[in-house]
Amino acid sequence: MSETQNQKPLLEIQNLRVFFRVRQRLLPAVDGVNLTIRPGEIVGVVGESGSGKSVMSQSILRLRDYDSAISYQGEILFEGQDLLQLPLSRLRKIRGNRISVIFQDPLTSLSPVHTVERQLTEVLLLHKNLSKAQARARAQELLHLVGIPSPERCLRQYPYELSGGMQQRVMIAMALSCEPSLLIADEPTTALDVTIQEQILDLIAQLNEKLGMSVLFITHDLSAMAQLCHSVRVMYLGQIVEEAETSALFARPMHPYTQGLLACIPRLDFPRGEPLHVIEGTVPPLSRIPAGCHFCTRCPHATDRCRTQAPPTVEAEPGHFVQCWNFVSPETPGQEVEA
Amino acid sequence: MSKPLSRAASAAILQEQRQIRRERLLSTPGLLVGLVVFALIVLAALVIPAVSGVDPNEMTVSLRLSPPSPEHPFGTDEFGRDLFTRVLHGARVSLAVGGSVALLSCLLGTVIGIYASYFKALDQVLMRICDGLIAIPGILLAIALMAALGAGSWNVVLALTIVYTPSVARVVRSSALVTKAQTYVEAAKVQGATNRRILWKLILPSVISPLTVQASFIFAQAIISEASLSFLGAGIPAPAASWGNILQASRAVFSRAPWTVLFPGAAVVLCVLSLNLLGDGLRDYLDPRTGGRRKK
Amino acid sequence: MLSYVLKRILSLIPVLFVVSVVIFLVIYLIPGGPATALLGLEASAEQIEQLNTELGFNRPFLVQYADWLSGVFHGDWGESFFLQQSVLDCIAQYFGPTLSLAILAQIFAVILSIPLGILAAYYRGSAVDLATVSVSLLGIAVPGFLLSMFLMLFFGVFLQLLPVAGYAPLSQGLWEHLRYLILPALSLGLVQAAYITRMTRSAVLDVLYSNFIRTARAKGLRESAVVFRYALKNAGPTILTVIGQSFGGLVTGTIVTETIFNIPGLGMLTMTSINRRDVFVIQGVVLFVTLIYVLVNLVVDILYGLVDPRIQLGRK
Repeated sequence: MSETQNQKPLLEIQNLRVFFRVRQRLLPAVDGVNLTIRPGEIVGVVGESGSGKSVMSQSILRLRDYDSAISYQGEILFEGQDLLQLPLSRLRKIRGNRISVIFQDPLTSLSPVHTVERQLTEVLLLHKNLSKAQARARAQELLHLVGIPSPERCLRQYPYELSGGMQQRVMIAMALSCEPSLLIADEPTTALDVTIQEQILDLIAQLNEKLGMSVLFITHDLSAMAQLCHSVRVMYLGQIVEEAETSALFARPMHPYTQGLLACIPRLDFPRGEPLHVIEGTVPPLSRIPAGCHFCTRCPHATDRCRTQAPPTVEAEPGHFVQCWNFVSPETPGQEVEA
Repeated sequence: MSKPLSRAASAAILQEQRQIRRERLLSTPGLLVGLVVFALIVLAALVIPAVSGVDPNEMTVSLRLSPPSPEHPFGTDEFGRDLFTRVLHGARVSLAVGGSVALLSCLLGTVIGIYASYFKALDQVLMRICDGLIAIPGILLAIALMAALGAGSWNVVLALTIVYTPSVARVVRSSALVTKAQTYVEAAKVQGATNRRILWKLILPSVISPLTVQASFIFAQAIISEASLSFLGAGIPAPAASWGNILQASRAVFSRAPWTVLFPGAAVVLCVLSLNLLGDGLRDYLDPRTGGRRKK
Repeated sequence: MLSYVLKRILSLIPVLFVVSVVIFLVIYLIPGGPATALLGLEASAEQIEQLNTELGFNRPFLVQYADWLSGVFHGDWGESFFLQQSVLDCIAQYFGPTLSLAILAQIFAVILSIPLGILAAYYRGSAVDLATVSVSLLGIAVPGFLLSMFLMLFFGVFLQLLPVAGYAPLSQGLWEHLRYLILPALSLGLVQAAYITRMTRSAVLDVLYSNFIRTARAKGLRESAVVFRYALKNAGPTILTVIGQSFGGLVTGTIVTETIFNIPGLGMLTMTSINRRDVFVIQGVVLFVTLIYVLVNLVVDILYGLVDPRIQLGRK
């Protein structure tokens, strides 16, 4: 970790805001996110559905531009150039080539009427100067790399003929084909069986080590996060509320939301008969974001200040940032920060 | 796990739902436009002929084929009959035929569809019959039936009902099948509810919305079909005024007197258009999942 | 693939059985028997009775049906009383113009509607979309014969560009043949196009927001590749089905259009037969057209199986 720490960042998201226009109103799905990914690093972003983590990750390649009235503020610097300012024709040269994505539901993310070969070689033919035969050979190699037992056969198949785990492996092979420097994994294991989840996570970790590619890992699954990521960001309603190295976050969660999330994980040593912990309430819709701290409607410790003033981001310990008025500091429990 | 809602909270939720419904209504302007236009047509057809007292069959030979004028806003036809009055009388006939077809085919289709969805053996038989009927192009079947039965308003209604019932039955059946698989229907079965109770109290309400949508489309289709049949001489016999009849009469003279096509034609188009808008709007309004995005 | 085709063909048997019963019933159920229709109002009760007996309409239902059905299989579709010809000969004689008209109209419709539907779906909510949706909504509300009359008025009478009525067989040269068919085919094609455009738009919209479209974009594909390679290929089966189904409307349309434009096709034959109450001809035409309709949809289904690999395994 320490060696990667000093390298130049691969991706730098600076004060990103993403708005959806809904009936003349601008709704902030992402509200001032800063995020840095270094070469070789696996960064996790965790949050409930509606926290803006998917929108944020898809903003990097501007994949939502086509679907909705969307607008951006801020910068997304990839190797020094701002992706948000890049013309689409140049952004297309980065998509699938330098940065690639794997999505949540592999079955619907693959075209049902094209063979695996067609969908896999397409990327290679597009970005690499390969002949059809070379692309085919490379596609086989890739399928082998992601652990598909008979690549030759798999190439001829249609996605629906494969199991969920195999489909996701094909997706990963597709994403890896041009040896990208950044892989965005948008809840890659959510739609899979638990045992398959495990295999896919292992695969991503291996590939990260083998190929030295950075990974932005989006999930709502804390255990997957703990297993895979070097550092973690916790997102709530479009904002990053806590940021730390994985071990620090799990050992000393500071934001009440993070504490709530961790408390929700059922444990074997949990006393029987007691109800499981839940975070009260639900994520408010984007049209009802509270003033002040976004979490104040559900926070057990919310004060009047929380309801009126947005909290600053504080470095509570080296490398551990939290955005809260009343966070509990590890050294002196119960202490309040002075603003 | 969650606490029961307080009265205030549930009131707020209801309020919000009303708000959402209102917004949805406003986001489907077609529904309102269709409803208003259609209501105006029905109103005009009912009220104006009754008030004006002009005889739609009164011929004034000196005024044959006179263009629109203040006395005859739509002009006159080749017998010197007032077209405005005839179009309104035609509206009564066409709306009555279309409405009856929509009503009858929906009633029949609902019964068939609901029973088919619930009883497997019946399903096979009924759906094969529907498949067969749907395989015969609609108007052609109607023409054949009309040729056999002879011209007449009731025969038109009968023929078109036979043509449209199978598609209603299919729509009803497919949405009833969805409901049948729902947990609350399973629960009712386990509790020993009678088949009749399940069919009419649990399944029927769930098919009402697709049925209303379907009804407005069939209404529109039936008006076009009636007009086409009458135009071909296989519908409502002259001299009764229906939109199809009026248009058929104008066939011989329309190059000299375009208004004899224009006004009755516009009446048909407006009426069908408003019904289609109504149907589209209803579908978007009743089915919020497809509402915003897809418009079929 | 072969088993899929075979299964589709087998599934037609019950449909065709029902079709045959319905079409047979049309004649069987004529009040007073077919002779009433054939002889007209002036005929005496004895004459009607005699003709009914002569034609075998006093026999039990099943016997009549079996007799009729075996006739249908052996090419005996009955006699036209007015044309003094077998029904099949009548149909053969009148089929050519209808076929030409239907093909030309469908070509017009498809050329116009598929690109428009795709364009409207892709630029959803734009002016192009709004215009397309409005016009197709209007088009669906216009009965075919009305559009025919307007086009006749405009191109034939007002501009005097094209003949407003009549027909020249292909033997008189291609252009002569087409010249007479352009207006009717256009009026028929436009009505078809309204429907196909609307359905194409919604079929493309349905896939345009799918996850695999997002994947295609994430690969770095151009929008043209995204739309044509992915959206269109996935929406293809649906669009194909719509075109197949629209054939029903096409048939209806030809009947009306032929009558207006005086084209001696099946529509005209039907029309004149209605006026003469020549019920066997009408029955024959309905049977013939239904068979073609069923066949067209069978072909569409088989093509569907070729485009969409899932269908062969009976999924979806």
